[in-house]
Amino acid sequence: MKITKDEVAHVAHLARLEFDVEETEKFTSQLNDILLYMEKLNEADTTGMEPMTHAIAQKNAFREDAVLPSLPIREALSNAPDPKGEFFRVPKVIE
Amino acid sequence: MELCERTIHELQQIIRDGGASSTDIVASVFRRIDAVEKNVHAYIMLLREEAFREASKADEEIRKGNIRSLTGIPIALKDIYCTQGIPTTCGSRILQNFVAPYDATIVRKLREAGAVFTGKTNMDEFAMGSSTETSWFGVTKNPWDLDRIPGGSSGGSAAAVAADMCIASLGSDTGGSIRQPAALCGVVGLKPTYGRVSRFGLVAFASSLDQIGPFTKDVEDCAIMLNAIAGYDPRESTSVPVDVPDYRQFLGRDIRGWKVGIPKEYFIEGIDPEVETLVRQAAKVAEGLGAEIVPVSLPHTQYCVAVYYIIAPAEASSNLARYDGVKYGYRSTEGRDLLEMYKKSRSEGFGAEVKRRIMIGTYVLSAGYYDAYYKKASQVRALIRRDFDEAFQTCDVILTPTTPTPAFRIGEKTGDPLQMYLSDVFTISTNLAGIPGIAVPCGYTAAGLPVGVQFLAGHFQEGKLLQFASAYEAGADFQKRRPNF
Amino acid sequence: MEYEPVIGLEVHAQMLTYSKIFCGCSTTFGEGPNSQTCPVCQGMPGVLPVLNKKVVEFAMKMSLATSCRINPECVFARKNYFYPDLPKGYQISQYALPLAEFGYVDIELNGGNKRIGITRIHMEEDAGKLVHDEHNPSSYVDLNRTGVPLIEIVSEPDIRSAEEAAAYLRRIHEILVYLEVCDGNMEQGSFRCDANVSLRPRGAEAFGIRAELKNMNSFRNVQRALEYEIKRQQYVLEGGGEVVQETRLWDDTQGVTHSMRGKEEAHDYRYFPDPDLVPIQVSDAWIDEIRRTLPELPLEKRERFLREYGIPAYDAGVLTASRALADYYEAVVKLSGKPKAASNWVMGDILRFLNEDRRDIRDCPISAESLAEMIVLIEDGTISGKIAKEVSEEMYRSGKPPRVVIEEKGLVQITDEGALEKTIETVMAANPAQLEQFRSGKDKVFGFFVGQVMKATQGKANPQLVNDLLKKMLPGT
Repeated sequence: MKITKDEVAHVAHLARLEFDVEETEKFTSQLNDILLYMEKLNEADTTGMEPMTHAIAQKNAFREDAVLPSLPIREALSNAPDPKGEFFRVPKVIE
Repeated sequence: MELCERTIHELQQIIRDGGASSTDIVASVFRRIDAVEKNVHAYIMLLREEAFREASKADEEIRKGNIRSLTGIPIALKDIYCTQGIPTTCGSRILQNFVAPYDATIVRKLREAGAVFTGKTNMDEFAMGSSTETSWFGVTKNPWDLDRIPGGSSGGSAAAVAADMCIASLGSDTGGSIRQPAALCGVVGLKPTYGRVSRFGLVAFASSLDQIGPFTKDVEDCAIMLNAIAGYDPRESTSVPVDVPDYRQFLGRDIRGWKVGIPKEYFIEGIDPEVETLVRQAAKVAEGLGAEIVPVSLPHTQYCVAVYYIIAPAEASSNLARYDGVKYGYRSTEGRDLLEMYKKSRSEGFGAEVKRRIMIGTYVLSAGYYDAYYKKASQVRALIRRDFDEAFQTCDVILTPTTPTPAFRIGEKTGDPLQMYLSDVFTISTNLAGIPGIAVPCGYTAAGLPVGVQFLAGHFQEGKLLQFASAYEAGADFQKRRPNF
Repeated sequence: MEYEPVIGLEVHAQMLTYSKIFCGCSTTFGEGPNSQTCPVCQGMPGVLPVLNKKVVEFAMKMSLATSCRINPECVFARKNYFYPDLPKGYQISQYALPLAEFGYVDIELNGGNKRIGITRIHMEEDAGKLVHDEHNPSSYVDLNRTGVPLIEIVSEPDIRSAEEAAAYLRRIHEILVYLEVCDGNMEQGSFRCDANVSLRPRGAEAFGIRAELKNMNSFRNVQRALEYEIKRQQYVLEGGGEVVQETRLWDDTQGVTHSMRGKEEAHDYRYFPDPDLVPIQVSDAWIDEIRRTLPELPLEKRERFLREYGIPAYDAGVLTASRALADYYEAVVKLSGKPKAASNWVMGDILRFLNEDRRDIRDCPISAESLAEMIVLIEDGTISGKIAKEVSEEMYRSGKPPRVVIEEKGLVQITDEGALEKTIETVMAANPAQLEQFRSGKDKVFGFFVGQVMKATQGKANPQLVNDLLKKMLPGT
């Protein structure tokens, strides 16, 4: 087993997802298959290889410090599921 | 021949000759849509009224003699580019009501080139899939066989071109999402070099792999589309300031003396014999055109799927964190506190495949696993890129199959994610290395399903790729067909 | 057992750019909620960040000013966590490869100087603001601050007391403001500080378990919070307990720290390099270019003031507290040629006036030219020091130059011996009793006569001259 049901539950929490018992079972088994397949990578000799995080070798992409117009407030909130006045409203954080 | 069955370059000639107006072309396209869309379901949303409005504007421009590169040409957009004032869903419930307040750079460029948008095409949810079966808006069917998948994730865009429901379309390719559906639908699909076409406004799946490209009916149209969308964009940090040549200049030239690399790692067990035969036949065609076939090796090919299914989900898990029900998109009404709201909105808003990838990505980045998975995969990625750099020292282009099999049946692989992932085996390496690749039709199976050959070239060698593809297309020895409805 | 505190500080300083770090929205403070957002800083689907070059240059300035080594290449990373003020679900920050490392600042303590190491300086974006509803179970999100550029300055755990922590913070603050890369405003949150505190038995090598303190929005609160937390941990340890590794919030009104327990889970930020941003390469040429723009830093300036102007260390400290004040002082010195007098006037009347009105030196109605002119007028005897007090007040009130004030008020010093002799005669005649006392040897009465003469001349008499004449004219003893 690469990953247990408890770990799946923990990862789900980190990702802010929730699964019922059946889904958790299914995901655990599928993730195990996938992670087992990933084991393959251990065969590759990566000694001295720098991790490649970009497909191209660009450096130093900048913009000048110039102010551009912001969205009008109405547009800024136009997609909000629960706007309130000039704010996005969210349920309270439970402490 | 109906106008909708024509290519861009044919229609441009017809328009210039006064043989048809943009409105005629758009009308023809929508007649076809009305006839076949109910069977194919290539679109999430049609922009019928807008298209006719834009077409009459285009006709006005044409009358004034102001004809730009795509004036009046009906183009379909994958529903993954932000379009100002028009919903952008990315095939997901979580974005079903999202209307961006801005246009993606390529949308702006296409507008500026005079294109008329027919609608936004169906896709795997957040481009995560190889079959267009994971869309919240239903499955797209392969026009060649409605029981089969069109490929994915840009299945709607590929099917729309194949079924003449637009003249050309745009897709995005993170691990093969243009080339694989192009091959399975019998059209041309190009994934340009990473950094060649702006990603600004492309809803991100995996930022270091995503690239936008066209679906067209032939190679010449592909060059025309690339001309319209390529170029540096200061709004994208990974955009590369390399000059954009007129890609049409590469068409119709010969490929005599070119070295065509055939990597042995791409002709493996599990590849459909008919596919292998047709792809090897394509190599013979190139040879007949004066090219030399040389064996090359891409020794780390066997790791591509594993590397990809670590890096892409890792980036995706972070890219998709913004869908939290706060600023836009779906919010569950059930969450009583913030944590519940997050979890319910995301769990109800995302489909199973997206959740599976978020889970994989979150896991491989989490404390204790980063080095073993994400870092290791990034190192192997560097090896994969090096393989290509070395191969291109000895050849001009590489020729491979695009997919191991022709289009599979709907539902055939949905139960086994790993089998689905393995269907990307020949297209993934291109994205990992950042190089361009093109899928071009190379014949049909006995059952009448199209097969595509894939050509690859070095970074920013799209010209070379198009030159080779156009020569191959002209010299190919099979009769082009149309899907039958 | 005797315990020793081990403290490390994390300072977040807002960079004084016009636009945000990754988009063109304005950074102006105090605008209407969500009025300074765009698709990029709202984290809408499809958007991409492009780095504001000014942020890198400002961060480089601070790195050089704190003797950090700037890495030849640095990268941005994503710090992943969910919170409504974080629209993308991750903060763009730097992790494995920060902009600069291995720096230090020297702080002054009663017992001498101490060097505090700086672990790293990195760039990142700020989060938005959450306003909590007091009556409903809701919070409101304002994204104006989202994407405002910050640098984080992380100290080594070299700090051993609350007092040292405050001295370190003042030094960092002073340098940032001197460099004009941060406005240093703590109330508006442009300069924020978190602290990591642990205790260990004195002489021990290993660090104890630390608590992280947040929510201290002034130098004084940082010091108070640390003092409290050190005592609290000492109490826990002495009682045989264990300090819990946790985040604690400083409560200003109650003067205590509270655990944030429950609110915060075990974090797993899943940092990884941001694929949307490319690495930043900093060449030696770029570093040199930035180094050339560095102003004289407070400590260097202080030493130069001591050396060049011969003023006391305390004065040099006050006068270099801000770059504008030091510039003002130096302008006065240059124009008057009197460093000590200039110091006395700036530190005395000028700062008093400004403090009373809570005004900045840059808004001082008395220009450096005017103050220098007044100092010259005192030196050449045109006005007395006493009259000068009156003149300066009027200059501050009206903004008029000293000559105009003196003329309008008729405050020119009386140096005419004949006129003064007459006044002295009148005073002597009017005060026969005191004159008799003086004659009988009461020297103290001399002062009385000086006072009377000054009073009769409304203070305009040259005091030295009055003294000389009185000595001559009063009956010999």
